[in-house]
Amino acid sequence: MYAFEYHRPSSLDEAVALLTSEDIKPLAGGQTLIPTLKQRLAMPEALVDLGRIEALKGIRKEGDAIVIGAGTTHAEVAASEVVRGAIPALARLAGLIGDPQVRNRGTIGGSIANADPAADYPAAVVGLGATIHTNTRTIAGDDYFQDLFTTALDENELITAVSFPIPQAAAYEKVANPASGYAVVGVMVAKTAGGVRVGVTGAGPCAFRATAIEDALARSFTPEAAKGVAMPADGMNSDIHASAAYRAALISVLASRAVAACGG
Amino acid sequence: MNAPAKTVGTSVKRTEDARFLTGRGRYTDDINRPNQLHAAFVRSPHAHAALGEIDKPSAMDVPGVVAVFTGADMAADGVGGLPCGWQVIGKSGVPMKEPAHPPLAVGRVRHVGDTVAVVLADSRHAARDGAEALMIDYDPQPAVVHLADAGAAGAPQVHDEVDGNVCYDWEIGDQAATDEAFGKAAHVTRLELVNNRLIPNAIEPRAAVGEYDPADGSYTLTTTSQNPHVIRLLMCAFVLNLPEHKVRVVAPDVGGGFGSKIFHYAEEAVVTWAAAKVGRPIKWTAERSESFMTDCHGRDHVTTAELALDADGTFLGLRVKTLANMGAYLSTFASSVPTYLYATLLAGQYRTPAIHAEVKALFTHTTPVDAYRGAGRPEATYVLEKLVEKAARELKMDPAELRRKNFIQPDQFPYQTPVALAYDTGHYEASLDRALELSEYSSFAERRAASEAKGKLRGVGFSCYIEACGIAPSAVAGALGARAGLYEAAEVRFNPTGSVTVFTGSHSHGQGHETTFAQIVADRLGVPMANVEIVHGDTNRIPFGMGTYGSRSLAVGGSAIARAIDKIIDKGKKIAAHMLEAGEGDIEYKDGVFSVAGTDKSLTMGEIAFQAYVPHNFPHDKLEPGLDESAFYDPGNFTYPAGTYICEVEVDPETGHVHVDRFTAVDDFGTIINPMIVEGQVQGGIAQGLGQALLEGAVYSDDGQLVTGSYMDYAMPRAQHIPDYRFDFTCTPCTHNPLGAKGCGEAGAIGSPPAIINAIIDALGPLGVDDIPMPATPLAVWQAIQDAKGGTARAAE
Repeated sequence: MYAFEYHRPSSLDEAVALLTSEDIKPLAGGQTLIPTLKQRLAMPEALVDLGRIEALKGIRKEGDAIVIGAGTTHAEVAASEVVRGAIPALARLAGLIGDPQVRNRGTIGGSIANADPAADYPAAVVGLGATIHTNTRTIAGDDYFQDLFTTALDENELITAVSFPIPQAAAYEKVANPASGYAVVGVMVAKTAGGVRVGVTGAGPCAFRATAIEDALARSFTPEAAKGVAMPADGMNSDIHASAAYRAALISVLASRAVAACGG
Repeated sequence: MNAPAKTVGTSVKRTEDARFLTGRGRYTDDINRPNQLHAAFVRSPHAHAALGEIDKPSAMDVPGVVAVFTGADMAADGVGGLPCGWQVIGKSGVPMKEPAHPPLAVGRVRHVGDTVAVVLADSRHAARDGAEALMIDYDPQPAVVHLADAGAAGAPQVHDEVDGNVCYDWEIGDQAATDEAFGKAAHVTRLELVNNRLIPNAIEPRAAVGEYDPADGSYTLTTTSQNPHVIRLLMCAFVLNLPEHKVRVVAPDVGGGFGSKIFHYAEEAVVTWAAAKVGRPIKWTAERSESFMTDCHGRDHVTTAELALDADGTFLGLRVKTLANMGAYLSTFASSVPTYLYATLLAGQYRTPAIHAEVKALFTHTTPVDAYRGAGRPEATYVLEKLVEKAARELKMDPAELRRKNFIQPDQFPYQTPVALAYDTGHYEASLDRALELSEYSSFAERRAASEAKGKLRGVGFSCYIEACGIAPSAVAGALGARAGLYEAAEVRFNPTGSVTVFTGSHSHGQGHETTFAQIVADRLGVPMANVEIVHGDTNRIPFGMGTYGSRSLAVGGSAIARAIDKIIDKGKKIAAHMLEAGEGDIEYKDGVFSVAGTDKSLTMGEIAFQAYVPHNFPHDKLEPGLDESAFYDPGNFTYPAGTYICEVEVDPETGHVHVDRFTAVDDFGTIINPMIVEGQVQGGIAQGLGQALLEGAVYSDDGQLVTGSYMDYAMPRAQHIPDYRFDFTCTPCTHNPLGAKGCGEAGAIGSPPAIINAIIDALGPLGVDDIPMPATPLAVWQAIQDAKGGTARAAE
């Protein structure tokens, strides 16, 4: 780790005021940034620790949505009675992230801002049709993920909260990388008032909706319908743990299992 | 006074756990010396490069950096290379090639992580800053990484003096007899397999602290070692040319070794040498990424094997050809692993009359490969047990019954195999029968049907392993090329008030010696365990011993303690005879009490010990004071633990995920001292075997970069992967050591991989899959299923 300045603001305004250059990085739960620093793969001038900003914390039900503060840890989401009552699939997803240490430090805002292609939360953002709230605006979940580690966020724009519309039913299924625990493929299937949504993480450069499966499920919300869709392997990620063809096949399989878990 | 209750055979809780569980263990990285410097090693980013200029000022300019040393500096001081401890003689008497292995590279780097220079600084961070700043002129060159490429014509050469990268080309067994057996075979089963390369991953990374005392010219090396005396010998005699009496090597608490901490590593020699150069203690602790790159790896074989059978399934002959990866340099025991610890085990538990094995060891531009839990024996077991199971499938015989038919029978011991070893004892059918019962094999079909109803595929796999432990009779090892004796040493010292201090050459780094050895001493000397202290790991305290590896500590180290105890009892009899005014021949010893036969006159061990140190009326011409005896025990043979492992898996054919549903292990370790510790050893061994079978595999890119260089990509077994085991033991005591013990440390890792892989192949059989590689990851299993579907489709066209 190289030396850096460390700031710990207590308000969002103070944090935004400190983020004056691209060499000054916000620090959320640190589950990606700290290992990166330890390996000397990044050399920020300063870190702005968002961990003491009370406005970023908390989980609440607002109308037909669950709103989760950006600084809320995965463990808090997994254990939240509010989330478990309204969107149990989201609580389950949070409980499948990493290991207990990661879940006790990592935050939803940090995960979504980092946009790792194999992170779990992006499947929920896309699959549940979430809205990302930042210090300057709101961004629709469908527009948020753009490419590998690339999002709609501007430089040093901070996520403040994520709101998830409560679906009629939803389920998350995942095949985890046996080494890292990240999603080789993770699929969130949701039945919503606006139709069926299928959010996929791990398979491509960033999370996306499997529209072919959504269409099939709109016609027949059954596991067989999801399994019957052959996803193309083109453009899928390929590495030592999973080939593109394997990932493509898993999307249909996991979608069908999620449908079954939804009672479809 | 009554003797304390006997402890041998009972699950006494581990004495050492109190300090480990309360954070009071003392590991090398816990040691800090006044005025110490921190070392950072500069490691090659290239698999193969010519080494040009190293610009020392570029690192010396970094604040806090005190010194930079390179291979040229060490060479100028006459420092030698890291030696190999076992000379293998190949076909036609050609000795193995032993290219130089300088602690810091000279002229050329040969694997990613090869040690190029050391930077010494006032803090770890300054040392790392200096290492990063050091400018090195590399000229990258083509690398050879994979075994299949290393022997090819025109392949890049790892060492100029080693033609075709061949370290040795070796054989064992009777080729003509084997050919003849194949000539009359009714059936031949053939197999090609890869034994995947593993990275050891002890929880404690390697570390070393070097110190030099100019007052008396003495050195102290504290290091993460399984065998401090071996390190002292190798470092003094071959590398640094130091007299042993001026060098102390201490291996304090060590957090796991699994073989990877047997070897003499460059960093140990460098910190010791440099401590004298700069006149300050030097400390180094590996970062985890350094451990991945520089701890010796394990396994990495490519093998073809053939089993000849007659029409009723009797084994007639076995033919094995193996390529073994040595990595870039010959590590301390690398040469012995794929030869004398591998091919000699190919008879397994069977009466196969003719065996011929050829092993070609090749250098590549990868991390050196050496012993890793099991060392050669897992590779042999994987070949044989996969081959036997395949033969059973081909002959449509029950795999358990095919094995039973070919077992060496209890009345055939001692049994001379066609590949050098002579098994002293065993009862293989007893283990098989108990394992069949414990695993509920007879109701397997019902469980398979239940899995099928859930859309899952269930399979069962067997492995009847044997291993050779207690390494080794020195005479045999020496005849086979070992450059060291392989005895063990012990000293048993009564203190005047009756407590006992035992000094052992064995080293405990997770095995629980402080408990197991104390049980033996307590029972035999009639003292409470609490009054027995086991001392290990410090060359200034313990006698010259060979350390812990090859599941040898109880069979060899424990036997040395037993021999020293015998001498204590003999001496005690002399003292008792004097004190009780009886003839020595009339003194009987039992459970800590010396008595005169046929009388009520007796003395306790405590009284004898006190008299030994307060010898007011000893006849000093006949009886020495003191009660302190030592013994060196050189075993008469290897020991041969054996057993049957049965694994049941459930495979998800859609995702390729393998769930180990039940795992049954029945082992014959001979006499067991502490069943809880033994069970823990088997559990850990099976966890590592399961890691090899399902999760772990080192992957190099074609240009020699280690792709699996962190836990993001190298999958270790976790608690969730480990099933509830079903355990039991059978027992045929070892016939040639005083404890009857055979050793248990490696069995789990040796026996389990083929049981798991055989079970997966059995599960996938209905889909037309007939083989699966290790590790059987979800991708590998899914891909095998797709390939089989493709095969079916092609066949249908």
